[in-house]
Amino acid sequence: MSNPIKSALRAGLFRLESGWDALVGRDANPMYCLGAMSWHFFWIVGASGLYLFIPYDTSAIRAWDSIEYISTEQWYWGGMIRGLHRYASDAMVLTMMLHLVREWLLDRYHGARWFAWFTGVPLIWMVFASGVTGYWLVWDELAQYLAIGTAEWLDFLGIFGQSIARNFLNPPALTDRFFTLLIFIHIAVPLFLLFAMWIHILRINRANTNPPRQLIIGSTLMLVALSLIHPALSHPPADLGKATSVLNPDWYFMALYPLYDTKGPAVAWSVAIGASVFLSLMPWMVFRRKRRAAATVSPPNCNGCGNCSSDCPFGAVVLRPRQDASGHSQIAVVQPDLCTSCGICVASCNRTNPFLRGEPHETGIDLPDFTFDLMIKRVSARTHGLVGNNRVLVIGCEHGAVLDHFKGPSVGVLPLHCTGMMPPSMIDYVLNKDLVDGVLVTACRPGECFYRLGPEWTELRMAGERVPKLRGAVSRDRVRLSWAASTESKRLATDLAEFRVALAELPKPEAPETTKRRVAE
Amino acid sequence: MIKPQHIAGQIVAYTAFAVMIAYFASSPSYLHHSPDNALVKLSLTHAGQRLGDCKDRSPEELAKMPPNMRTKQSCGRERNTVTLEMDVDGKLVYRHTAKPAGLSGDGRSRFYDSREFPAGRHVIRARLRDSGNSDGFDYDASVEVDLAPRQVFVIDFDEEDKKLTFE
Repeated sequence: MSNPIKSALRAGLFRLESGWDALVGRDANPMYCLGAMSWHFFWIVGASGLYLFIPYDTSAIRAWDSIEYISTEQWYWGGMIRGLHRYASDAMVLTMMLHLVREWLLDRYHGARWFAWFTGVPLIWMVFASGVTGYWLVWDELAQYLAIGTAEWLDFLGIFGQSIARNFLNPPALTDRFFTLLIFIHIAVPLFLLFAMWIHILRINRANTNPPRQLIIGSTLMLVALSLIHPALSHPPADLGKATSVLNPDWYFMALYPLYDTKGPAVAWSVAIGASVFLSLMPWMVFRRKRRAAATVSPPNCNGCGNCSSDCPFGAVVLRPRQDASGHSQIAVVQPDLCTSCGICVASCNRTNPFLRGEPHETGIDLPDFTFDLMIKRVSARTHGLVGNNRVLVIGCEHGAVLDHFKGPSVGVLPLHCTGMMPPSMIDYVLNKDLVDGVLVTACRPGECFYRLGPEWTELRMAGERVPKLRGAVSRDRVRLSWAASTESKRLATDLAEFRVALAELPKPEAPETTKRRVAE
Repeated sequence: MIKPQHIAGQIVAYTAFAVMIAYFASSPSYLHHSPDNALVKLSLTHAGQRLGDCKDRSPEELAKMPPNMRTKQSCGRERNTVTLEMDVDGKLVYRHTAKPAGLSGDGRSRFYDSREFPAGRHVIRARLRDSGNSDGFDYDASVEVDLAPRQVFVIDFDEEDKKLTFE
């Protein structure tokens, strides 16, 4: 699947997330919504920045004083807002970088996902540019250090007519006009950032830009408390006639500056551009990975209901007008470039029902390399010959816990591309046909799904809250859902054992007359 | 409903998150320049002399030209490279020859350097050559300064008075 180091890191990540779940509860674990957390912090930065713009004096001489005034004289409000502005920016950098690392670890950056990954790289530059220009505006010694360092760094490119660093040569060189330009940049870059963030999620269906309420409230309160307890303070005012000495940089934004100081602009540029180019090209550097065939639509079986389009995590299925003799006004169309072949759309289709007659079983939308007909055949094969009064079929995902470990005389397993590929009617089918006594559905934990949304849709469908629903008549005692990441085989084994014990204690279900008749036939 | 143990866990997690953010937002401190040293900055942009001499245009040549382009002299655009050297206490610390900017080589040559020196008395000498003359320099100036700790001492070129400046 991937190299051993990455696999080990991924296992470590899953264990960390699992431990974090136990500590704070699933809904308060930010690891499952790092992108959404970045959005949340962006809004805090934006709102607090709008407020700070009101008292801010856009002149080189009075800028520091205006910020200092609200930080000291109005510490309980203006100072707190300033703290929110700074710390939310830092938190945004932190969650953004964690988001990047996590997506890489979970292998969610290539194939149809190249667009989100590729467009995410400029976001890093924009976030850093927004932060650094913000620090300039305080016009303290740190701002002086950053302004001169950045200007020298940019001057190295030789693409600007005049040297930018000469603006900071001595006190008279810095004009209020240049300062007005700085604040314009500090407002313009975040606006472009917002636009770029929108582009970043453009190809993701139901992109999560809002963390759970618990996290919104908790993280906001945390930032407010931090701003009051440890307020954001300025360095002494900038003095271009005096060299900067001991500084307390915000390392979330300024980690690259010491590299520039010690190694010079050529190395700093090489690292920055080299890292960006490398990151941008990563989606195409995944070798030896064969992309699965995209889902295909069967026009005679598609009634244009739109379930598949609604459920697709990447918006790969769209509805187009239909003008044939079918009588349906729309038809699903798969955009192969966007399809990750997860099979979630297969389960969405109301034709994906094993009770419907036909040989082979056809459905409205299917995966060429793992058709619905093949799924039914595998279910029959994997449940054939199971013995005992607590026979279980474990249906799961190839990215979650390895199911083959659980095979046994009474346990059959069916790994799918994604658990979201399983139509709820399949559970009904295997119980109805008395192929097993119970069905254990296992999926990656929500937020850890390789394909996005598989666990969420599975849970809602099984709870009867999203179509296609698991029929109400299906005994819930005989169905169990168990989240298990690839590192949680032991926990899944425990769940399976408990489930089998519970099944053994249940009375044998009375098969419906129709089933009895069919079996007899 | 949040479980009580999760509330306690969240307090721990948020505290750890806050500590991490607060710490790296201003720590560890970083020493940019030693507080005992002064910073000597050499920053100037200067256009080298033109490579060719200007030539007066004859009335016939002027008549052939569009009215808006009838300048009396025809001058080549290309300029000389500019060489700048700086000595501190008699020791050469900086030497650079900069090409003129622009695709036609008609822009200014740019120099930028900053380096630390211990505070105290120093003799700083700067030399600049902007002509094609390979011997000697067109501008040469020196100054004896008493640099204070953290002082920024700037060497520039005054285009109006045509001289190297120290301030």
